[in-house]
Amino acid sequence: MSDLLEIDRLKVYFDTREGTVKAVDDVSLRVRRGETVCIVGESGCGKSITAMSIMGLVGSNAAAGPFVDGQIRFDGRNLLRLDRNELRTIRGREIAMIFQEPMTSLNPVLPIGEQIMEPLIEHLKLSRKAARARAIELIRKVGISRPEQIAKSYPHELSGGMLQRIMIAIAISCNPKLLIADEPTTALDVTIQAQILDMMRQFKADSNMSILLITHDLGVVAEMADYVVVMYSGKVVEEGEVVELFTNPKHPYTRGLLKSKPVINQRQDELYSIPGQVPNPLELRPSCYFHERCERCMDVCRTREPRLREVGDNGKVACWLYEEAVVHA
Amino acid sequence: MPEALLEIRHLKKYFPVKSGFLNRTVGQIKAVDDISLSIRPGETFGLVGESGSGKSTVGRTAIRLTEKTDGEVRFKGIDLYGLNAEELRRLRPKMQLIFQDPYSSLNPRVRIGDAIGEALLDHGLAPKEEIRDRVLDVLAACGLSAYHIDRFPHEFSGGQRQRIGIARALVLNPELIIADEPVSALDVSIQAQIINLFRKLQESRGLTYLFISHDLSVVEHLCSRIGVMYLGSMVETAPRDDLFRNPLHPYTKALLSAVPIPIPKLKRERIVLSGDIPSPANPPSGCKFHTRCPFAVERCKEQAPEFRHVGGERFVACHLV
Repeated sequence: MSDLLEIDRLKVYFDTREGTVKAVDDVSLRVRRGETVCIVGESGCGKSITAMSIMGLVGSNAAAGPFVDGQIRFDGRNLLRLDRNELRTIRGREIAMIFQEPMTSLNPVLPIGEQIMEPLIEHLKLSRKAARARAIELIRKVGISRPEQIAKSYPHELSGGMLQRIMIAIAISCNPKLLIADEPTTALDVTIQAQILDMMRQFKADSNMSILLITHDLGVVAEMADYVVVMYSGKVVEEGEVVELFTNPKHPYTRGLLKSKPVINQRQDELYSIPGQVPNPLELRPSCYFHERCERCMDVCRTREPRLREVGDNGKVACWLYEEAVVHA
Repeated sequence: MPEALLEIRHLKKYFPVKSGFLNRTVGQIKAVDDISLSIRPGETFGLVGESGSGKSTVGRTAIRLTEKTDGEVRFKGIDLYGLNAEELRRLRPKMQLIFQDPYSSLNPRVRIGDAIGEALLDHGLAPKEEIRDRVLDVLAACGLSAYHIDRFPHEFSGGQRQRIGIARALVLNPELIIADEPVSALDVSIQAQIINLFRKLQESRGLTYLFISHDLSVVEHLCSRIGVMYLGSMVETAPRDDLFRNPLHPYTKALLSAVPIPIPKLKRERIVLSGDIPSPANPPSGCKFHTRCPFAVERCKEQAPEFRHVGGERFVACHLV
């Protein structure tokens, strides 16, 4: 399988009054054709910024924008080098994105149907009439009844679950090669979440689309992912094939995360919890950023940053425990 | 069986729907529609349901933060809705509420020590010179440090703010704590810390919790008995292990099967419910769940099922059970 998306040493730094925040610091990852990759991590780990950089939504051309460096190759082109017009032909057409808040992602003063028609007219050059027919077909496809009536309604008339379906309808309207979904079910109830995840899986199977799914929910990761990337404080700390990562996690952070999530029908008297909290992004020194919370912290962890290196088959981890030369030194 | 600490009987809370030029009442939202439950001292009762199910409204009417429409609430045998304002105020320290959003429930201009201590002062529960010591005590109990006492809310992370919220409730020595989605806004690693804190405080102080959450895995972890709500009605209550091993109501089954489990390639039977939760302003006839229930029969559309005892400590409202 060839790579559809390849992010190489992406850096996104924000200058703030208090100092530089390295929101994404030297992150590399790839998504193959037809594959679902999940980026998992807690608030502030840089997972959303990574996704937004792919779409060119944190551009470096704006005066007040962040410093962006690295490469994002999509289907042979470096997205960070494209100008606005070139990006427009890719956004919505080849890469589509859905967000966490379906309530705020749609235009409140435009009927639903018009919003689905827009990319069809813009990218696929359909006539208004053809676009309208296709929009209604799409609404039906995402499992909403009475599509003609829904096409005429406004976002505030629909529930969160329905709006997220509409977002998916817009996202798949131009048969994108890559769907980026940033916490797509976080704001939804579990029964609705189950519907949306089912639908994403089904569309992926039908069209060989790749999915880059960003989530904090390990349950969603286990259900959706082929490959998982774990981020912490702007860095990738571990990545691997989903079964391997869940059954044999290597990084102490991944292990802690998996242990601290309560799981249905596996009740324990006391939950494992990772002590402390995420470090302040302004106060990061060369070190493993997890060292203050790590049970197996060594001297080297406090002063030197571990490199992401391959361990086992098709997995990588950034942790001094797996750097043999150091451990035995 | 010990007497219930909190006894709710046939509680109803309707909100008027107003519309039109004269702002006339045109309908009612039955946020809580005839709910009964009792919570024993020292136990944790979990209330689960999706958004709009009325679980938060139960929490608020249970301690008379909003007025009821009908029904009865007894706290330690005292009829809460029979009290006058002064009597209710004197009882307040015994029933405390913890909110979901630790960001908006603290005044940004008030130092943490004052935010925690003001209720003590207000209720006259401690002389002024003792307050600082009492605040330091609860800060320590909640895993915060003494130097935090003079800090402002913006200096704390989400998890720490939730600890402050807990400390603020705890300083009054309550018997009942109503916790409304207290860990939903927190990251997994912090969530585990707060869940453990809830448990530890219960053990050391004999607290009773009404724990409101949409997250079934958290509820299973913390609660001894659980009630499941749908559109303002209770559909099932059961002891924890019974509910999770053998759910009776089709909605409970669907809810449990919809929770993603962090085990990849796990094969399990899933009941995917079709459609959305209907509007509480216009709930379906008969059993409110019949529009989404995969097992619904003709009778469910016409006749509302009775919430009835089905053995042990289990109650369920379904024609098919």
